[in-house]
Amino acid sequence: MSTLLQQLLNGLSLGSIYALIALGYTMVYGILKLINFAHGEVFMIGAYAGYFGASALGIERYGAAGLPLYLAVLVLLFAMAVAALLGVSIELLAYRPVRSAPRLTPLITAIGVSLFLQNAAMLLFSPNPRPYPPILREVRFELGGVIVTNVKLTIFVVAIALMLGLNWFIQRTWTGKAMRAVSTNIDAARLMGVDTDRIIRATFAVGSALAAAGGILFGLDQIIINPLMGVLTGLKAFVAAVLGGIGNIRGAVLGGLLIGLAEQLTAGYLSPDYRDAVTFVILIFILILRPEGLLGVVRPEKV
Amino acid sequence: MHRRSLVSLILALGLAASASACKPKPGASSTGNADNAEIVIGHYASMTGNTAHFGQDTDKAARLAVEQLNAAGGVLGKKLKIVTLDTRGDGAEAANAVTRLIDVEKATAILGEVASSLSLQGGPIAQRRKIPMVSPSSTNPKVTQVGDYIFRVCFIDPFQGKVMATFARQTLKLDRVAILKDVKNDYSIGLAEAFQKSFVAAGGTIAAEQSYSAGDTDFSAQLTAIKGSNAQAIWVPGYYAEVGAIARTAARLGVKIPLLGGDGWDAPELFTIGGEALNGSYFSNHFAPDQASPMAQKFVADFKAKYGQEPTGLGALGYDGIMVIADAIKRAGKVEPSAIRDALAATKNYEAVTGNITMDKDRNPEKSVVVLKIDGGKAKYEALVKP
Amino acid sequence: MQLVRRLAVASAIGLVLYGIGLWLQGGVIEYVQRIVFLAGINVILAVGLNLINGTTGQFSIGHAGFMAVGAYGAAFSGVKLQPVLQNWIGAGAVADGLTLNVGLLVGALLAGLTGLLVGAPSLRLRGDYLAVVTLGFGEVIRISFNNAKFLGAATGFSGDSPSGLPALTTFFWVYAWAIAILILIRNLTFSQTGRSLAAIREDEIAAEAMATPTTRLKVLAFSLSAASAGIAGGLFAFMQPSIRPEDFRFDKSIDMIVMIIIGGLGSISGAVVGGIFVAVTLELMRDLQQYRLVLYALLLIVIMLVRPQGLLGSRELSEVLRSRFGRPKAQAAK
Repeated sequence: MSTLLQQLLNGLSLGSIYALIALGYTMVYGILKLINFAHGEVFMIGAYAGYFGASALGIERYGAAGLPLYLAVLVLLFAMAVAALLGVSIELLAYRPVRSAPRLTPLITAIGVSLFLQNAAMLLFSPNPRPYPPILREVRFELGGVIVTNVKLTIFVVAIALMLGLNWFIQRTWTGKAMRAVSTNIDAARLMGVDTDRIIRATFAVGSALAAAGGILFGLDQIIINPLMGVLTGLKAFVAAVLGGIGNIRGAVLGGLLIGLAEQLTAGYLSPDYRDAVTFVILIFILILRPEGLLGVVRPEKV
Repeated sequence: MHRRSLVSLILALGLAASASACKPKPGASSTGNADNAEIVIGHYASMTGNTAHFGQDTDKAARLAVEQLNAAGGVLGKKLKIVTLDTRGDGAEAANAVTRLIDVEKATAILGEVASSLSLQGGPIAQRRKIPMVSPSSTNPKVTQVGDYIFRVCFIDPFQGKVMATFARQTLKLDRVAILKDVKNDYSIGLAEAFQKSFVAAGGTIAAEQSYSAGDTDFSAQLTAIKGSNAQAIWVPGYYAEVGAIARTAARLGVKIPLLGGDGWDAPELFTIGGEALNGSYFSNHFAPDQASPMAQKFVADFKAKYGQEPTGLGALGYDGIMVIADAIKRAGKVEPSAIRDALAATKNYEAVTGNITMDKDRNPEKSVVVLKIDGGKAKYEALVKP
Repeated sequence: MQLVRRLAVASAIGLVLYGIGLWLQGGVIEYVQRIVFLAGINVILAVGLNLINGTTGQFSIGHAGFMAVGAYGAAFSGVKLQPVLQNWIGAGAVADGLTLNVGLLVGALLAGLTGLLVGAPSLRLRGDYLAVVTLGFGEVIRISFNNAKFLGAATGFSGDSPSGLPALTTFFWVYAWAIAILILIRNLTFSQTGRSLAAIREDEIAAEAMATPTTRLKVLAFSLSAASAGIAGGLFAFMQPSIRPEDFRFDKSIDMIVMIIIGGLGSISGAVVGGIFVAVTLELMRDLQQYRLVLYALLLIVIMLVRPQGLLGSRELSEVLRSRFGRPKAQAAK
């Protein structure tokens, strides 16, 4: 029984990270109807930003005790800022010029940006996997046979906090309202005086910042990072967004948790060899049976 | 059938038959150039990618060997030149690299690869083109089975697995061991099988069998399952990056049993990634830095002087690989691939850094295995097992 | 008369290929031969992919999976068939050629069937979604091969002999198949069916309203392009010591996309150009290997930003040349 609980716990923590990344995909798609293939790489860059930020703060001095809380938060904010900047730059340089082009063009551009970032990272950071610095000290405790680390708890806390924060942002602030307007109908929003370009940039910024947070948490949990870490994880997070209903924020969270659980349970009870395949199988099923996702709304296509 | 169609069909078939006689024969320039003032040794290795440390270490040591040989006057009066091509840890690249080393760089002999799965890609090409290939550290037995032009200077997995299984059973007195292998890796699969056979034959039980793929980061599912299996140790015959992460994850999940492994653990990153979680674990290797013969100690000192870091066992094998090739060229008396091949096969009692090398009939040397224990973040000599 | 003329042309082409093949094996190093073979294989891949991505406008980014199916299918059947054939008609060129071609046909059939299985449910989706589903299928196929013990799993399939898969691929066969597939697809593209495919690309709903059997045609085009990827896979298999699931990762699908984007989506001659380009740059950039993918990525981005229609747009080389150098001619409806 404790094994099952352990697997569930691991699945939920993994799923929370997927959820953080999925939010970025879902927000961008909601506004631009574009799959931001490069989002997985933003996640990766966020993790590396955390790595280098921690090194810059001299994390070796602290050893396994980890950074004091205020410094850890600083590293997190730094990484989120770097990612936000990166996301906005990608939008400005690569997506904006082709916004009005036929749907295929931005898709290919997005694939190109993703590839570019992966390989640039391999050149700059070396392709070798690196151990993640202990930004947080690792504390373990056991609850009824299940091992819980403070890292896992932090993942939950941070993920939930960020999601609640996002929800508040979308519902209660003017920018958030504008984002909802733009995702409902971009032309109408523009007519109502919304500066759509600014809103789009804000969306990219927020989504990227969340992904960066996910990146740091991933590094702490998974111990090693490498330049290709965003490829598979990004893809799974995308599937999570689709599963929940792309464009739907709650859906992204739900999808993320479900994918995390599915992956962990498959690895634990079926075979670790199929852990990646299960995500794709879910994708195929959901797109064929219910393409609008679990929480999504069917949108008829007008001619 | 219409007569015309019949005629055309026959014509077409005849054309096809005669045209299929067209096959790529070995190109014109496959034999190494014997008239050159230099002897070219090709080296294909993973200089980048997940196992970059293997290739880089091997290459550094190989270059040290070439430098020392040239300083002493070269081989048969000619200077040695080593050309290294990066396989990036990719099989197709390995095949391309070997082809290029033979065709473009005109290599007379080839050193490589460290990884068995890559040697199995490059080997058939070297065999077909009749250029001798010496693998410094591929331990899977299939590598030298490719053909009589393929050699190695390290022990093979059946022996390595047996040594560790015997060590686990007799020295550590273990009854139940779980296996966690890398299914994407020939080396890991072969070594896992070898261990399993010997351990079970010696009366032990395999408590659980789990697997992962190179590049995976999350091992909690597998380790949780192993935790529930009452294993007393885990046999992890994988490469250093994943092993380090596995050790940390195991510690985190409260899996307090020792890990056992093979020479794929051999890299400094093992310690930077695995940290204290590795204390109390054991692995087999080719030599122990703290208990080496005078020749090995000189090698370590020279390597440190040139590169400012300590060599790993794989590095030592790279050095030995070059030395064995050079020795074979000397004995062959001429820079000619088939003569070098025969000299390699006749290698007897050659004193190398990693031990005594005598090629058996399968072109594998009979060498001892060193078992190391990890304590306080360092690997220390524990035992020496002779074949 | 038509038939005799066609036959004469085919024989002439065959002889030319044979001659080039002989010259290559005698005078050119194996290293260059490999590049030439890869170029031909790429052409098959590109022209096949162009049929579905370019002409029919259905974006698939998982075609490496079909190449894998073709490769494994061809390799497996070839390895089993070769000893049987050699017993029957003796070892030698005829047995080799037959083994190769039967293997290729098996691989193509399997790949085409897989294309049918993938296409039938997926082609109901549009644009981005279709792209992602094909990506998913491509990965599922690769992971399946990774776990298939009888095909060597992750280690790869190298047949029954220690020296690996038989090296049956020759210049003649690569380019004979390339030309055959080129002709087939070209004829299809400029036929009534091809025009229907283009109509689907331009405006699917309108095409449906005009009683075009869109789903059936899309699936047909998809299966055909999968089958040609399968042929390419088989030819690839017989020039390697072994084939591994690693060889058919997403990277390979990206390579294929680069091929058709460079030449221009929708242009067959563009696909040919793109295919050769990728094979050649792969080797030319060997020393800059680590920069190769970065450059491909930048190339994709820059092309999309600056000239999304690629080198030739959706026109064919003949049209481009004619418009530059020839007399004005009424353009066929595109």
